[in-house]
Amino acid sequence: MADHLSAWQLIVGGDAALFAIVRLSLLVSLSAVALAALFGMPLGALLALTRFPGRPVLVVLLNALMGLPPVVVGLAVYLLLSRSGPLGELGILFTPSAMVIAQTILIVPIIAALTRQTVEDLWREYRDELTAMDVGPLGRMATLLWDARFSLITALLAGFGRAAAEVGAVMIVGGNIDGFTRTMTTAIALETSKGDLPLAMGLGLILVAIVIAINAALWGTRLWADRQAG
Amino acid sequence: MRAPTSDLPLVFDEVSLEVGSTRLVDRVNLVIAPGAPTLIVGPNGAGKTSLLKLCMGLVAASSGRITWGGRVDRAPARRAIVFQRPVMLRRTVAANVQFALAQASAPRGRRHLRTLALLDRVGLADLASRPARRLSSGEQQRLALARALARDPELLLLDEPTANLDPAATRAVEEIVLQAAQSGIKIVMATHDLGQVRRLAGDVIFLVRGRVCERRLMIDFFDNPLMPETAAFLRGDLVI
Repeated sequence: MADHLSAWQLIVGGDAALFAIVRLSLLVSLSAVALAALFGMPLGALLALTRFPGRPVLVVLLNALMGLPPVVVGLAVYLLLSRSGPLGELGILFTPSAMVIAQTILIVPIIAALTRQTVEDLWREYRDELTAMDVGPLGRMATLLWDARFSLITALLAGFGRAAAEVGAVMIVGGNIDGFTRTMTTAIALETSKGDLPLAMGLGLILVAIVIAINAALWGTRLWADRQAG
Repeated sequence: MRAPTSDLPLVFDEVSLEVGSTRLVDRVNLVIAPGAPTLIVGPNGAGKTSLLKLCMGLVAASSGRITWGGRVDRAPARRAIVFQRPVMLRRTVAANVQFALAQASAPRGRRHLRTLALLDRVGLADLASRPARRLSSGEQQRLALARALARDPELLLLDEPTANLDPAATRAVEEIVLQAAQSGIKIVMATHDLGQVRRLAGDVIFLVRGRVCERRLMIDFFDNPLMPETAAFLRGDLVI
């Protein structure tokens, strides 16, 4: 009970360290979602609209990559960015940039796979109409992505959920440095192991509240926009 | 705007369309030239939609040869199609027309005025800012016609555009079709409605089991059918 009260006091009292952690977590995860959408949505649409040998293998692989273990992604990005790695000269290991890269890699398959399915379903409905209007390949991709925009919010939510909840990748490439690369999930793991349960619990409550709030906001946006656009 | 390539005459030379082991269109020879509307009638499964898709170039013939203005290139230069259940893009009524104009390479500066003119032509000017998917079936068909007319077609293919409409909505669509025909657009339209054939057709193609059973001027089709299947169809007998 005392732990609950302490957690609540940290939140209501506007603890600076706690809110710095929250801010960084949101910045990293939302940046990763934005970047992953930028790459993943066109990739998914491209895969939905093209036919080539080996495509089924690629589709299965992409679906399988949705379950990519965060620690594996973290390790791969660590090897890329470490001083002796191919991108070591960038010097961004143990920075928020490295965390954004790791989370982006983690959620590109989720957004791409869900986009592929959504666009492929819509293409069945639109194929004759767009072909009759002589819409070219790029125009088809753009039209289908635009017309599927409300359904694609689900892909963004899935990506955000994954990014906000993962701990392995950001721990490895961020290093959990206090005041610099510490996120909610890495802090919860650390504080729990240290026995600082109030902070761990406060962060846990905030994390859950943020995930619910962002889901609710995007879902509300989807319903509203759906009503507006028909 | 697009180069003034012509899609007419549209010529079918021994054209067949097969899907799996089913022959949907069977060795059809046909010439579609400028003139009064041509209406395609026939029982369900006769191949009306398949024939229109071949006319539009949406599917490739399994055998035979189709030419549009002497060209074999299937890209639609001056033709458009309206489906029985047109797909409305998830945007406003006006944006649907603007999309069609953009695809037809209409000059950007003129698109707004042309959109208004096209919506006025199909009686949807008041609904320009309404989401297209919120329109009634009849209004959606008229919007599909506006999108098709945005392509400035010389050949307009219509696949049972009034099949699910009430008489008032049917009349609104028919008026647009007649007006388009009077402006020089060649209409080729599939229908189940023999009354509609009397109201709109210059000539009639009667299709049975993927074959052109007969093609006659409208008056002759009704008054003096050549084939027993046509006579049976006009009597209301089941033609399979």
